[in-house]
Amino acid sequence: MSTVPDPQPGSAPEEKGAGATVAARISDQLAVGGVLLPVVTTLFAFLIGGLVVLATGKNPFSTYQAIFEGSGLNWLLPWVGGADRDIAAINLQQTLLITGPLILLGFAVAFAFRTGLFNIGGQGQYIAGSVVAVWIGSSDMGVPGWLQIVLAMLGAAIAGGVWGGIAGLLRATTGANEVITTIMLNYTALWVSFYLFGLGGPLQNDSQPDIPVSNDVVPEARLPVFWGDPELQGLHIGIFFALVAAVFFWLLLNRSTKGFEARAVGFNPDAARASGIHVGRTYVFVMATCGLLAGLAGSLDILGWQFRIATNDIQAFELGFLGIAVALLGRNTAIGTCLAGLLFGALVSGTSVRNLDPAVFEPALASNLTGIIQGLVVLFVVADVMVIAVWKRLSGRGRRRAGGAGTAGNAEPEPAA
Amino acid sequence: MSAVSGMASVGRVRMTPERLGWGGGIVALLAFVLTLPPIAVRTPVPSILLALVAAGMGVAAIRAEARRPGWTAVVAAVLCGVLAWAATTAELGQLEVVASWGALTAAMLRFATPLIFAGLGGLVSERAGVVNIALEGMLIMGAFFAAFGADKTGSWVLGILIGVLAGAALATIHAIWSVSLRADQIVSGTALNFIAAGIAGYLYVDIYGAEGTPDDLPQVPEISLPTESLGFIGRAIANQNLLVWGGLLAVVVVWLVVFRTPLGLRLRSVGENPRAAETVGVNVIRMRYGAVITSGALAALGGAFLSIGFVHSFSEDMIAGRGFIALAALIFGRWTPGGLLLATLLFGFSSALAQRLPEFSPQAATLFQALPYVLTLIAVAGLVGRSRPPAADGVPYQREAG
Repeated sequence: MSTVPDPQPGSAPEEKGAGATVAARISDQLAVGGVLLPVVTTLFAFLIGGLVVLATGKNPFSTYQAIFEGSGLNWLLPWVGGADRDIAAINLQQTLLITGPLILLGFAVAFAFRTGLFNIGGQGQYIAGSVVAVWIGSSDMGVPGWLQIVLAMLGAAIAGGVWGGIAGLLRATTGANEVITTIMLNYTALWVSFYLFGLGGPLQNDSQPDIPVSNDVVPEARLPVFWGDPELQGLHIGIFFALVAAVFFWLLLNRSTKGFEARAVGFNPDAARASGIHVGRTYVFVMATCGLLAGLAGSLDILGWQFRIATNDIQAFELGFLGIAVALLGRNTAIGTCLAGLLFGALVSGTSVRNLDPAVFEPALASNLTGIIQGLVVLFVVADVMVIAVWKRLSGRGRRRAGGAGTAGNAEPEPAA
Repeated sequence: MSAVSGMASVGRVRMTPERLGWGGGIVALLAFVLTLPPIAVRTPVPSILLALVAAGMGVAAIRAEARRPGWTAVVAAVLCGVLAWAATTAELGQLEVVASWGALTAAMLRFATPLIFAGLGGLVSERAGVVNIALEGMLIMGAFFAAFGADKTGSWVLGILIGVLAGAALATIHAIWSVSLRADQIVSGTALNFIAAGIAGYLYVDIYGAEGTPDDLPQVPEISLPTESLGFIGRAIANQNLLVWGGLLAVVVVWLVVFRTPLGLRLRSVGENPRAAETVGVNVIRMRYGAVITSGALAALGGAFLSIGFVHSFSEDMIAGRGFIALAALIFGRWTPGGLLLATLLFGFSSALAQRLPEFSPQAATLFQALPYVLTLIAVAGLVGRSRPPAADGVPYQREAG
């Protein structure tokens, strides 16, 4: 089950990118598609989502408008004022609350993609991080609040890193495919946390023995809110960690030796090995880093607004999977992932029970609509062969097929982002 | 090898290191069974002795280079030893509830059936070289559309048919993406899982809303057999759903078709070496399309069993990762129908046991649910013999130019 299909032996690639590694195809898309492709992809997904709404006898325009207003993005429109503006601000805080962890989860997938790995395990790494964050955050440690926050985030990042690192280590030492191992690790994390917070579990609430929920994060160890009312889930400082991570991601990928090695392995593991790069060590490093980012995302949600984990909630965590769509739509670049994170953050909060006007569209329907749109975005993004072919025809600069096609682009990773 | 090759031969059976290892596994199992009803030995001593013997046999087998049977015996010895010790500390009454073999076996078959269908779907697709990670979505499509179809037409037969068509339709998208567009098969499968959950959930909320599917949903009938008196297996199969038998039959049919017919040979050749298959005249594209669509239909049957054969309703979270357990069973069973059947029975048994364990210990029951995933991790990591996929699994095929 190779995620990174090797080129067919003995076949000259017809088009650069087709049949080559994931990373090579992504770079090809970056070269031809630019910013326009993701935008068109998204519009197309929303269009089909609108057709689903229309087919079930509802008005797609008022639905999308309600979702847009639910996301609070209308706060950015200067003519919205008065009470509407206050509501928009609260909704936008919700959107950005989700955007922060979503960006981190996007990077957890994107970095793996750039190395030719597919990290489906963002979910499990996020859970591992959440568990450790709630454990440290709810302990009575007798240290200053800021230190407890730092320790909880550090612990969460390490837990996520270990959970991701297992997949990297197995890939490096036994060749076990990371897609399978990360899926299995997702469910292992799920059931272990059910055990930990379930009735009679070791981390279950001390004062409420009948409820399968963790202890609450102590008030001092909660992330400070800088916009909005802390009582109404205002926006906490977690979003800045995501933005710092974006800079870190860009530097790591484009300006560091490790990042260069990771991209080289993504383009061609054999060539990378031949030029002296430790492929196995790179796999472990990349997967551990991905897990670290996902674990950090878990700690932001726990220390920022959830403050506790109930076993019922764990299964409803979908952010980890959403990270896949974020990374793919963002073309695995730093800026792209941030923008895609904002889009999906807006979609999730705009369709939430709290933000969407049920008179216009039922939130239970809307959250499923989010799932459909998310799936369509991913589906259209990977149809790159089709998209590139159409694009080349339209733009009229179809490159000539040559025997040595793809020499320059494949040998050296192009700087992107 | 040489260290054991001269070892005593028991009767006419030569004692090879492989047999020593597998024998160790059986001894380990015996250690556990001793402590359960109807024997129910109340002291752990004999079981622990047996487990030690089993571990010893395993170590001997590993030393003689029979690594897979050897490690199996060692792992089984440790697991069974712990379980046996736990059983002797439990109360006899609790033990009888947990280990009522007839009911347990019946439940095992029921839990295994969706996994069998989905796993067989995965087998057909992956043997043809297309990774199908969308099994989860195909189960969801099958489950919802079977319930919806049965409700609207008033017939469980038509319900199954509509469910199967929905699964095949989803699979067709996967085929277009992974075969024709040569898109990354994992990403395409992931996308389809989102889309299937979204479509089924959307329509479910839109059509049935808060009330859920009606109580008088037409159901796949149970088959009554006069086997009540034939021990616990007889009791287990006396009243089973038609689709449980269908699943077992499907294992045989898939095995026959994939491994005993020219069509199956072509299918497997497409999954191992598509270029060579094409040179001898096999249409790789058509073969892969057929395999992927069949895979969707099979997986949807599993979903249909869940909604109108087992649970008698549909709910949005009813699949709960079963598609991924089926994928795990496929890998654990090394991409063979027999291995898949054993793996699904094992995973089905662990689900059945987990359902009953809360009587004994709720925490243990929860941890038990993680077993299929951990076992699969061990299997793919090659600790107990490496699982190898078909050579061209997941590799898009591109025809030679010109």
